[in-house]
Amino acid sequence: MPILSGLDALPRVLAALVLVIVAAGIAWWQKVDLERDIGVATVRSFVQLIAIGYILEAVFDTTNPLFIVLILMVMTTIAGYTAGQRGAGVPNARLVAGVAIAAGTLVTLGLLVGLRVFRFEARLIIPIGGMVIGNAMTTCGLVLARLRDEIKTTRTQIEAALALGATPRQSVAGQLRRVLKSGLLPVIDSTKIVGIIQLPGTMTGMILGGATPLAAVQTQIIVLYMLLGAAAFSALATALLGYRGFFSAAYQVQHVPQ
Amino acid sequence: MLDVRHLTYTTVDGTTLLKDISFQVAPKAIVTLMGPSGSGKSTLLRTLNRLNEPAPGTVWLKERDITTIPVVELRRAVGMVFQSAALFDGTVADNVRYGPALLKQRLSDAECVALLAQVGLPAELLERNIGLVSGGQAQRVAFARALANQPSVLLLDEPTSALDPAATLMIEQLVRDLRDRLGLTFVWVTHNVAQARRVSDRTLLLVNGIVADWGDTGHLLDDTHHDLVQRFALGEDVSQLPVQPGGPHANP
Repeated sequence: MPILSGLDALPRVLAALVLVIVAAGIAWWQKVDLERDIGVATVRSFVQLIAIGYILEAVFDTTNPLFIVLILMVMTTIAGYTAGQRGAGVPNARLVAGVAIAAGTLVTLGLLVGLRVFRFEARLIIPIGGMVIGNAMTTCGLVLARLRDEIKTTRTQIEAALALGATPRQSVAGQLRRVLKSGLLPVIDSTKIVGIIQLPGTMTGMILGGATPLAAVQTQIIVLYMLLGAAAFSALATALLGYRGFFSAAYQVQHVPQ
Repeated sequence: MLDVRHLTYTTVDGTTLLKDISFQVAPKAIVTLMGPSGSGKSTLLRTLNRLNEPAPGTVWLKERDITTIPVVELRRAVGMVFQSAALFDGTVADNVRYGPALLKQRLSDAECVALLAQVGLPAELLERNIGLVSGGQAQRVAFARALANQPSVLLLDEPTSALDPAATLMIEQLVRDLRDRLGLTFVWVTHNVAQARRVSDRTLLLVNGIVADWGDTGHLLDDTHHDLVQRFALGEDVSQLPVQPGGPHANP
């Protein structure tokens, strides 16, 4: 039995508003001058979430796989743009991030659907794709920023390697190892401590939705492994695509930010 | 050995750093490129192994336009030692083995020790971490690392500028030895007039990307009639002075 369902939930949402009134009351009492902000945040979050709820209702009802792919592509494009901004200074950063996120998402979702872990339905693929893309975006951003910094700070070593006859890939082998490590460590760390320090979102959501803890754990484990795989693949794709822009066809270092 | 013809180099932002440079380097010669800071010495050196693109203009290595030589092959033939030793993380042996390892060849310990001996370093340094060698030793390891590729030309980009006088003199002696023993050709960037006089056969004086003079080192530096050279030798900033391209000793 779900804890919240349909319009029955409305009185409970209103009851939760009491907490907002308490927060606003504390703000007024302590003269922190945040009552207005609390009001705006409350109204905005209410409107935004109701709107997305209706959009998701409509989207989840679709059975056209092309529409699902289109939505995933839009999400990937936005994620690539965002991660690319984080990696400003890397040549074609947005394109690199977009392609890497798309590749990571394609491989991860392809495997999950191919192995029949999830069915290819909008109601499953869109939220799962959103998690994969969001996670890959964070990793790509980290990898791009670190790649730029590594190439900038070790340019002399890279040129020394090139001067000894190394190809661009050989000249940045050590740098790419460090870049991948730094991009993946946050995901690995959060996977390590899961369940000990924090209960992850999927599990919490499912338990609140009425699922048993064991069913929630099962899904959460799939999600964690999926995110780890997507992060690893996207990080690798980002690093392997990203370094190329720093080299000319004649193996010269170029476009290094000052 | 090397023949530079009408070389001009312009950066991506449109700044011209080298203007119509021509000179030749004979086999087994030691040529110094001298000039004030920002005159284009290092830029010129880096075009000789295509770390910078030599265009327009051409650089010929043993009668071959270097842009027609596969770049990896060119850089193995024309080695380079940088201002900072630019060693890689790991041991001295890891560094010495780097070039051959790129071709899947593994130098034996004996071969590494022989290379260290070429540059005057003892065998016990082989397994030492590069973080634990002195500045002078590090620069010698950089020479050994370059020699492992068996180059015919070595480009030196101010290799002694961070070293003390004793280590500097040892590197100068090393370069003369390598020329005499292995028949190597050297192009050496320096801003040190005394060093050019000690080590080189010929000198090219570069000012604002233009060849201000080029010729036999002794003649060029001793010519009391060439005002620009004399003022540079006295430590004056000559980058603001008018430059007559070619100079009185030019003999391309």
